Formats: sequence, structure tokens, C-alpha cells
Amino acid sequence: MESQIRSVDVAGVTSAIRDMCIRANCGLAKDMQDRLQEALARETSPVGKSVLTQLEQNLEIAGKEQIPICQDTGMAVVFMEIGQDVHFVGGDLNEAVNEGVRQGYTEGYLRKSVVSDPLLRKNTGDNTPAVLHLSMVPGDKVKITVAPKGFGSENMSRVVMLKPADGEEGVIDAVVQAVKDAGPNACPPMVVGVGIGGTFEKCAEMAKQALTLNTSEHSDLPHIRKLEEEILKRINRTGLGPAGLGGVNTALSVRILTYPTHIAGLPVGINICCHVNRHETVVL
Amino acid sequence: MEHEITTPLTKDVIATLHAGDTVRITGTIYTARDAAHKRMAEALQEGKPLPFDIRGQIIYYMGPTPAKPGHVIGSAGPTTASRMDKYTPQLLDLGLIGMIGKGKRSQAVKDAIVRNGAVYFAAIGGAGALLSHSIVGAKVIAYEDLGTEAIRELTVKDFPAIVVMDAEGTDLYKKVAEGTTSCD
Repeated sequence: MESQIRSVDVAGVTSAIRDMCIRANCGLAKDMQDRLQEALARETSPVGKSVLTQLEQNLEIAGKEQIPICQDTGMAVVFMEIGQDVHFVGGDLNEAVNEGVRQGYTEGYLRKSVVSDPLLRKNTGDNTPAVLHLSMVPGDKVKITVAPKGFGSENMSRVVMLKPADGEEGVIDAVVQAVKDAGPNACPPMVVGVGIGGTFEKCAEMAKQALTLNTSEHSDLPHIRKLEEEILKRINRTGLGPAGLGGVNTALSVRILTYPTHIAGLPVGINICCHVNRHETVVL
Repeated sequence: MEHEITTPLTKDVIATLHAGDTVRITGTIYTARDAAHKRMAEALQEGKPLPFDIRGQIIYYMGPTPAKPGHVIGSAGPTTASRMDKYTPQLLDLGLIGMIGKGKRSQAVKDAIVRNGAVYFAAIGGAGALLSHSIVGAKVIAYEDLGTEAIRELTVKDFPAIVVMDAEGTDLYKKVAEGTTSCD
């Protein structure tokens, strides 16, 4: 069977990314709002309750005034799944993505937090470039996810190369330790994305992608679902609590993605996010 | 305990603040984060004056989003304080008396806080939209080219914060981590 090539104008990519940058920064998805509400209902510490109540008020104000939930509107991480029957027309795809970020961050009154060189550190002034992850899939659609990532929590993320013998307990300990070390710096309650398997870079990318998963769902793999629940329970047993000031809600969700790996290794990527776990998706 | 405090802070007032207390701050505070701290340190190294008189003042580790039309400032919550640890002891020794941020500090900062009778407050990270309502005035006073990282003079009214490290060196985060806090 021969498939038709579908032409997609990159201008559509630009405008989709522009809109998603703004939308993601001023409001959270329903699942994250639900997680916050559940946390408030379950919190036993008075100071923890007070922090969570203020985070809910904050979300309400951000939505009503259409201002960012957090001043750190992040570096724009963009995942694109491109159907292999798609042909992009109208310009350079990479430039179209960056133009979307440029327009979104400028027109949406979002903060410009990107420097052009990690050592020379001059602000680019428009929050470009994005960090773009491309993958090819069958079909003729283009799925774009924009996930602006703040750095208070990004700085507390890590990759750990465990040994196969470390097993499940090793993974649990590594994630709980990362959360403990992050402490108040990562603005708990956190959302934790974990990538297990693959290689050094693959587990880190999966950890990032795990943050874009719906927190109302769990892994389809029974042992991974169990692991998601177990790690969340152990994290919340630390007592760190909202803002690191004590309480039973240190994390709101743990999601895990896995990939086959080498006989000699057990790579684990741990990407920490705060409750402002922003992501928007469209299909073109 | 709850305190309503007004800037500039005096050592007498700071002596009444204890780790775990909540405060509402009214008056003038100054923003500075990574790049502004680096420039201030360079200025001091070259024997030049700081862009504002830091004696008795509070620095808020914060870089806001741009203000929408009709707004004083955009979203304006705290950033992680430990990135400023390298520069902080020197500023405290020169008279800086308070800091607002979030997260742990180094032992050197803690020592400088005790040595100078200063205080470190945490504001709630991730509540930038809510906190912007306590900021009633904002103007850039130095390093404008740094954009969001420029030094701003803010006028705040009842700005909410929590005493995390008091002048006696008590560290609320440490107490929480050790399970010895009376907060909950």
C-alpha cells in the first residue's frame, strides 16, 4: 500500500507552539489541579495546609488574571512526534519551533530565562532556543507537546547508573534520595518523572517525558505501576512536606517510563518538577 | 508567632524573630539574583560602590515575569537562595540584614547570619502570582541590561514570608528534616 505524503506548513507549528507556551504557563491541566486538591484534603500539618491553600489561591489568580503561575516560566522543552508521511513546507522546522517560543514568551508576558552560552551567560532576550526532541512515528500527523521547565527543580534532577544487582530497591532508594537532597529547593510538593533503562541519555529523556504523562493514570505494566505507587508512598514518608516545612505531601505523583537496557546496566533518570508541572499537547 | 515588620529592619526587631515564625513585610526591598550578585561582587572587588546602600536592607532573590499593562509587576515568587551563597557572607558583613528566597543555605551563610544578627526568610516557591499582589511598586534601579535579573526596588505591603534561619542560627529546614520542628 502506498501512502500519501501530507504537506504541513511550518507556520502552523509556530502558531501552535506560541499558544501552548502561553496556555501552559498560566494554567495547569485538570489532573494537576486534582492532585493539589487531594493533597490539601489529606494534609495533616497546619503549615502544610496553609502552603497548599496558598498554592491553590495562586492558581486561581494566575487563571483569572492570565499571568504566569510561577515567575520561572522555564526553558521551553518541545517534544514532536512526526508521522513519517509528513513533509514540512514553508521553512526550517527548527526555526519555526523557536519562532513559536519567541512569540509566545514575548506576547504572553513570560519571563526570558535563557542565556545563549552556558559560560558567557548573555540572555537571548526571547527565551529561545527551545530544547527540541524529535521522533518519527508511522502516519501523517504531527503531535507537539510543549513543556516549559523551571530550573529550581531541574537543578535537583539527576542520572544514576545503578548496577543490575541494585534492582527495584536500588531504584526506590535513588529516587527517594534525590527528593531528600532536593528538599525545599525544588518547591515541594513535587512531581517526579523517572526513566529506567536504555542508556545514559535515554533514561534522562524518558524522565522528562514521564513528567508530561497524566498523573491520574499509572503505567500499563503491573510491576511499574506498583513501583510508581511505592516510590510515591516512600517519598511522602520523608515528612518534608509542602515548601519543605513539614507535612505528608512531599510529592503529588511519580510516573515512570522504561526501555530495554544492557546486560551490565540499570540507568535511572530522575527529573524533578514542582507542582507547576506544565505541559500542553496538540496534534496537527 | 506572627509579626508585622517594616523595613529597614533593625537588629532589635530581628532579635524577636524565630525560625518558624511568620511575618508580613511592609516597606522597601530590593531584588537581586545570580547575575546581579556576580556584578555586585565584581564591583566590590574593583573597589567600586554597590548600586544601592545595602545597610539594613532586605534582598529578595527574585526575577519577575514582565508586567502586563495595568500591572505593577508580573509573577514574582522566590528563586533558590543557595545559588547566591557564594556572594552572601560578604554582603552580610557589609550590612545587608535580611534575605528572602527559598531553600537551604550553606554553613558559611549561616555563620554570617549569626555573626551579623541577620535573618533569612522563605517565601512560598511556586506562588508567584499570589505574591505579586503584595508588591505595590517596582522600579529598576541598576543593571537594566540584565532584564529580569536587573536590581529592582520593590515597595511591598504585607508581603508574607516565614523565618527559616534566625539570628541565633536556628534552621527551620534542618528541624523539619530531623523531625524536631513544632511547626506541625
